[in-house]
Amino acid sequence: MSDAPEVRPPVVTPVRVVIALCLLAPFVAMLWVGSYAKVDPEFIGIPFFYWYQMLWVLISTALTMIAYQLWRRDQRARHGGAK
Amino acid sequence: MNGGVNGVALTVFILFFLAVTVMGFLAARWRKAENEHSLDEWGLGGRSFGTWITWFLLGGDLYTAYTFVAVPAAIYAAGAAGFFAVPYTILVYPLIFTFLPRLWSVSHKHGYVTTSDFVRGRFGSKGLSLAVAVTGILATMPYIALQLVGIQAVLDVMGVGGGENTNWFVKDLPLLIAFGVLAAYTYSSGLRAPALIAFVKDTLIYIVIAVAIIYIPIKLGGFDDVFGAASEKYTAAKAGGLVPLEAGQWTYATLALGSALALFMYPHSITATLSSRSREVIRRNTTILPLYSLMLGLLALLGFMAIAAGVKVTNPQLAIPQLFEDMFPDWFAGVAFAAIGIGALVPAAIMSIAAANLFTRNIYKDFIKPDATAAQETKVSKLVSLLVKVGALVFVLTMDKTVAINFQLLGGIWILQTFPALVGGLFTRWFHRWALLAGWAVGMVYGTVAAYGVASPTQKHFGGSAKEIPGIGEIGYIGLTAFVLNVAVTVILTFILKAAKAPEGVDETSPEDYTADAGDPGVQVELPPATAGTSH
Repeated sequence: MSDAPEVRPPVVTPVRVVIALCLLAPFVAMLWVGSYAKVDPEFIGIPFFYWYQMLWVLISTALTMIAYQLWRRDQRARHGGAK
Repeated sequence: MNGGVNGVALTVFILFFLAVTVMGFLAARWRKAENEHSLDEWGLGGRSFGTWITWFLLGGDLYTAYTFVAVPAAIYAAGAAGFFAVPYTILVYPLIFTFLPRLWSVSHKHGYVTTSDFVRGRFGSKGLSLAVAVTGILATMPYIALQLVGIQAVLDVMGVGGGENTNWFVKDLPLLIAFGVLAAYTYSSGLRAPALIAFVKDTLIYIVIAVAIIYIPIKLGGFDDVFGAASEKYTAAKAGGLVPLEAGQWTYATLALGSALALFMYPHSITATLSSRSREVIRRNTTILPLYSLMLGLLALLGFMAIAAGVKVTNPQLAIPQLFEDMFPDWFAGVAFAAIGIGALVPAAIMSIAAANLFTRNIYKDFIKPDATAAQETKVSKLVSLLVKVGALVFVLTMDKTVAINFQLLGGIWILQTFPALVGGLFTRWFHRWALLAGWAVGMVYGTVAAYGVASPTQKHFGGSAKEIPGIGEIGYIGLTAFVLNVAVTVILTFILKAAKAPEGVDETSPEDYTADAGDPGVQVELPPATAGTSH
């Protein structure tokens, strides 16, 4: 997705698809408001609507970290192999 | 609010404020610059900040009066609808991760300090560059205005000036004083002052959040009681609720998405990004910055706690400061107020510096005085940073302060219109420069007119930021609707202009510039002073 077409090895690789999915997932989850606009189940008294979105802060952090690690590995492989 | 001045809280508040002001002046000497009269030096802190300082700077953009005052106030007044700030900040990070490293690379390769620099270099269009600069400066003003409202709320609750019955001068005097302090230290030390103060600010804020989130719910009898009380209030008031209704879901999603797309278009976000040491730092930061979102969510819940604690204020912006005053011992209330106050000052400083950079580089140097010396540039920047704050003050004094979140959303409507040129430009040269300019104009006009037409109970114009989306019929964020229009116009006109073979303009960048990192040939980590004649 973010990949520049100028890189010579194949632009779309399985690793890059995973990176793209990691970065896209929060958009799907958060913009689909209907999926979480409800009170139950509660967590320590906090309605679902609130704790679910807070949970997604953690999930998206984890996903971004995965994307970052994968990206670094991808870049290292490319710089090692292609040049 | 409750009549008298809270002496203890005020003393603590003033002590912190003084400490911060002194730090601001000392910051001018911190990691002393070789050439303090250059714009890079004053405006970008020499571009040598690593992960941690960049983190604090970027975080400084998020942890503002927006977080502490505006969002909880929105929750206090309307319930769930105000919580859109959490998905908004969640969506910001994947966007930063994707777009900003490319901007860092191309900027460090070509010596760009602002987004307008980049747009001009990429599209060879001074007009487009001017449009981006003007938008950036304009959009920053209401965002700074929001910070001023935050400081004002704190002072009001402490009993300094404020009140509804006094004349405007007494009411706004403390605001003007706080403003003068900010202006003075920003003027003298540039970006280094807010960067250093950001440490103090974040430490204070973390302490206050930790205490507030643990102490207040316990005192109120747990979250069950908090949400119970809130639910009763919304039902009784027949406004708001604990979850957004079907009809409010479009608004919720579009506000979150529009705000997220807008955030990193602001000149100050770009300033923070460009002052990092390498491309890597930016991506690394996006993996730790979401901690800020978590805190934002917890702070938002304070809006419910204010209801449960029986805080009754006519101006929702005062809800959280009032909650702190009611719940905390006086001295700690002072600490909390200092956290809010400084938390508003730092971003306001960063924002006004960024807007000033934009003016100097892309309006003053490009259109008014191309042969300006480095010293002249810095002087103009400093002056403009003051003017931008005055502009913000005008927004505060003329717009409805009870819905402060609207200030930020209004800025978002405008800044979002620079997205196609900037982000489009980072990935492709396909868009035609004239099409981008036309799309921008359409978006700006539609957004402004639409926002102007929104009335609220307290004022006839600029009363809100959501309106029916033409063709869909749901209520959505005006900024996002304007953005879609903007893109549509840009794409259609690009096809037409390409068919007509309209001149494309010179692109001074090359594809590999967008992926270059520190250490690669041609990439300068610390750029030479951006004086006239260099780097262009």
